[in-house]
Amino acid sequence: MNFEIPDFAPAAPEIFVLAMACAVLIVDLFLTEKNRVITYLLSQTTLLGAAVLTVSLHSAAPQVTFSGTFISDSLADVLKVFIYLITAVVFLYSREYLIARKLFKGEFFVLGLFAVLGMMVLVSGYNMLTLYLGLELLSLSMYAMVAMHRDSMPSSEAAMKYFILGAIASGMLLYGMSLIYGATGSLDIAEIAAYIQNSSSDDMVLLLGLVFIIVALAFKLGAVPFHMWIPDVYHGAPTAITLFISTAPKIAAFAMVMRLLTDGLGGLLTQWQDILVILAALSIAVGNVVAIAQGNIKRMLAYSTISHVGFLFLGVLAGTDEGYSAAMFYVLVYALMSLGAFGMVILLSRAGFEADNIADFKGLNERSPWFAFMMLILMFSMAGVPPTVGFYAKLAVLSAVVDVGLVWLAVFGVLFAVVGAFYYLRIVKFMYFEKPEDKAPLASDFDMRAVISANALVVLALGIFPGSLIALCATVI
Amino acid sequence: MSIEPVLFYIFSAVLVTAAALVVVVRNPVHAALFLILAFFTSAAIWLLLEAEFLAIVLVLVYVGAVMVLFLFVVMMLDINLTPLREGFIRYLPVGVAVAVIVLLEMAVVVGPGNFGLEQMPAPPRHGADYSNTEELGAILYTVYAYPFEIAAVILLVAIVAAITLTMRRRPQAKYQNPAEQVLVRRDDRVRMVKMEAEKGENKEQ
Amino acid sequence: MDILLAIWNSIPEDIQTLLVIILKIVAIVVPIMLSVAYLTLAERKVIGYVQVRIGPNRVGPRGLLQPIADGIKLVFKEVIVPSRANRFLFLVAPLLALAPALAAWAVMPFDDGMVLADINAGLLYILALTSLSVYGIIIAGWASNSKYALLGALRSAAQVVAYEIAMGFALVVVLMAAGSLNLGDIVRAQEGSLIHWFWLPLLPMFVVYFLSGVAETNRAPFDVAEGESEIVAGFHVEYSGMAFALFFLAEYANMILIAALTSVMFLGGWLSPFQGTFLESTFAWVPGIAWLLGKMAVFLFLFLWFRATFPRYRYDQIMRLGWKVFIPLTIVWILVTGVAILGELGPWFD
Repeated sequence: MNFEIPDFAPAAPEIFVLAMACAVLIVDLFLTEKNRVITYLLSQTTLLGAAVLTVSLHSAAPQVTFSGTFISDSLADVLKVFIYLITAVVFLYSREYLIARKLFKGEFFVLGLFAVLGMMVLVSGYNMLTLYLGLELLSLSMYAMVAMHRDSMPSSEAAMKYFILGAIASGMLLYGMSLIYGATGSLDIAEIAAYIQNSSSDDMVLLLGLVFIIVALAFKLGAVPFHMWIPDVYHGAPTAITLFISTAPKIAAFAMVMRLLTDGLGGLLTQWQDILVILAALSIAVGNVVAIAQGNIKRMLAYSTISHVGFLFLGVLAGTDEGYSAAMFYVLVYALMSLGAFGMVILLSRAGFEADNIADFKGLNERSPWFAFMMLILMFSMAGVPPTVGFYAKLAVLSAVVDVGLVWLAVFGVLFAVVGAFYYLRIVKFMYFEKPEDKAPLASDFDMRAVISANALVVLALGIFPGSLIALCATVI
Repeated sequence: MSIEPVLFYIFSAVLVTAAALVVVVRNPVHAALFLILAFFTSAAIWLLLEAEFLAIVLVLVYVGAVMVLFLFVVMMLDINLTPLREGFIRYLPVGVAVAVIVLLEMAVVVGPGNFGLEQMPAPPRHGADYSNTEELGAILYTVYAYPFEIAAVILLVAIVAAITLTMRRRPQAKYQNPAEQVLVRRDDRVRMVKMEAEKGENKEQ
Repeated sequence: MDILLAIWNSIPEDIQTLLVIILKIVAIVVPIMLSVAYLTLAERKVIGYVQVRIGPNRVGPRGLLQPIADGIKLVFKEVIVPSRANRFLFLVAPLLALAPALAAWAVMPFDDGMVLADINAGLLYILALTSLSVYGIIIAGWASNSKYALLGALRSAAQVVAYEIAMGFALVVVLMAAGSLNLGDIVRAQEGSLIHWFWLPLLPMFVVYFLSGVAETNRAPFDVAEGESEIVAGFHVEYSGMAFALFFLAEYANMILIAALTSVMFLGGWLSPFQGTFLESTFAWVPGIAWLLGKMAVFLFLFLWFRATFPRYRYDQIMRLGWKVFIPLTIVWILVTGVAILGELGPWFD
């Protein structure tokens, strides 16, 4: 048979991350506890190197290689760079937390790098097979990371729940993919899109496949009614790992939604739009209302994630380029905010004290006015209060929805955003108007303090000058 | 009438029965054994489809290795299923309702209306020199090389994850190192001490 | 004779094929069963002489009828099913042990073209079937409702899974060297002379495969599944009569199978050892099957010799050998062979 060796260059970042992950795995084996920081530094180097490779190999025209299973386009490259950046910050925030809890093991970083590889594969997947495998690589690393704190019951329970529901979702995804393969005769995203263009859109097989795929995506993103695992996993997992789960993978999941629903099944827009409307409305409502009742900040942020996923879907379901770029803007902003918020939880915690109750934020202003202010920015941004970037993110998705005539949905979203503001502002109230119960000073290294401050300030700065990021999102879609 | 459809229906009947029994039987070891039967019959059906590589690998990997370990665990654990089944009756109506709906939907979609012989004609039969293994190998290492490599990485992650979650270093545990044992020389263990013969009053009588 | 031919021709063609196949199966199975019987005698004799004893010599001339006497005795013994044992599984387990050992012979080439089913994926088929033989042991151990039997079964399960991996990898190397999964083609790939046989280029795999085979058949020194001194007789402690005899048959049939496979894959199967030398024409009259049987006899003798010589491995030592020595070795040799094939290393891969 005739076969040409594919062009490996577009996949150089993936190859680099894989090689480095294996190298870290082996190097870590020979390190003693004292030198474990080398693993950490190597992992950060890997992310930096991958970023350099991705940026330097970037070309405006999409490159498809490996027999059409891999694509490297602007969307993929931009999302990848954000994934590296956010993962690097996650590693940085996690370091002290893990050391204090005797979880500072090489496997955390190795699994983290493999998860990054999974996200990269997912972002660059241009075939149902690669999308599925990327998702599995990501999820498998995540399950293991959640379970890593072996002696903690909540984290084992969280890992089991995550694993079982994740496996069901993967099953749904595979079933949907197999139905679509049955209907179109191809696993290739481009060929599926071409098939749908040329056929009638009421093909039952295709529609059932679409439904299964949407259910799986909703499971993975945590949209209501497939959200049950999110609060338990966010709550049970060690905060450092919750931090990871709640940030970078959402970006990858967004890419998956884009590849499957718009690139592949874009011809069925009218069909999936209706489903997404329901998912989005339910997520926004349930997420925001239930979050009010939470006393644990990790659970509260979990429900807030669910509502943010609803807003993300608003952008996607608009089905226009503005909608997609608004959704992309939203997911990047969400990742930044979530990074900061969980980072603050880590900052407040110390060995033997998780700081995961909302009451632990009481009187933070007296203990550290600067970090109280940082948390204020992050909470304002999550609530969507101008001039933070969260406001522009919500504005962009809502206006995209209004543009396609779904005004009621936009009004619904705004109403529940106001409801949601309540629980974000409650934390602000705790920080500024309550007496601290715990007077211990915040002990952290300089790099953690600096980066978390930068994180919050970026949220503020992007709120004042959102133009460049919005423009970036608009160009890559 | 050729023998193939007859074989197909026999194997399918066994497969469906075995699969149903996996769920229904009370004894977990019996359930595992029925699962093995189900794997075996599906391998037979694959053979009928000329997919001999997949069929044999299914037997080799799932029946020969995975299920052996599965049985191993089931036999060791002595699982008492009664408490696990407590909510069974309570959730039965909902479960049955969902199952029936999904089944009907699937029957409509996957039934002969969409996947009958008119839409999907049977593929041509291959000659005796056709090797399913070669065909699979040729496509797996060329067109699907990238997914294949990712699958390998997933397995690596599975190994790393399994070891992370289960290995506990026990510094006080004693290990035997056969190489070290073999390399032991007499001089490492035995010291020859030269001593003056004792002299003194205690003379032999 | 004419009448017989007329009857034969009146049978429909499908049935004719079926009858021919059944006859071939009988022609393979009956000699195997006989060999098993006399292998037991050989074992007792060989071990006897190794231990400076004479061994069985009472039944028939030089004890030659001993296996027959043993068989008759076992047939007439009662099969006792222990109380609260799982009756169906208890009785089906010996059959599950024997069936794969016999079924694997279907793809064995006895001589050029002398094979029951000349299938392409023969090597895989063999590997799949040898991996099945453990079920008889596991099910017997569990269904007996006895702790010794269960312990034996668990030991056996872990051991077989460990060694199967090494065995599979060793076969991957053979597959690479021969470029085919068909056992006949594997033998043909070794044509040339004694040094063309795969035992030389794949020497570590030859050793790994044969030792894994010893472990897979639960033979000494890897016979912890039986372990008379610790767990009485392991998985078949509760069996008696014909059910016990079936386990015995399965064990010896598996030994013969491993001997045959090792000969086919590493010692050139039916090929004459004098090929390519001046003696080739002198020995041309010897049928290929005789060479195969001779090679098998060597390996069978090794089985017995091992048993007479080595003490039983401890369980953790078995696991160490399987996981930490054999598997890494096979993986390394896959690389070595790959390089050798790429470099067209003569005289094997050119």
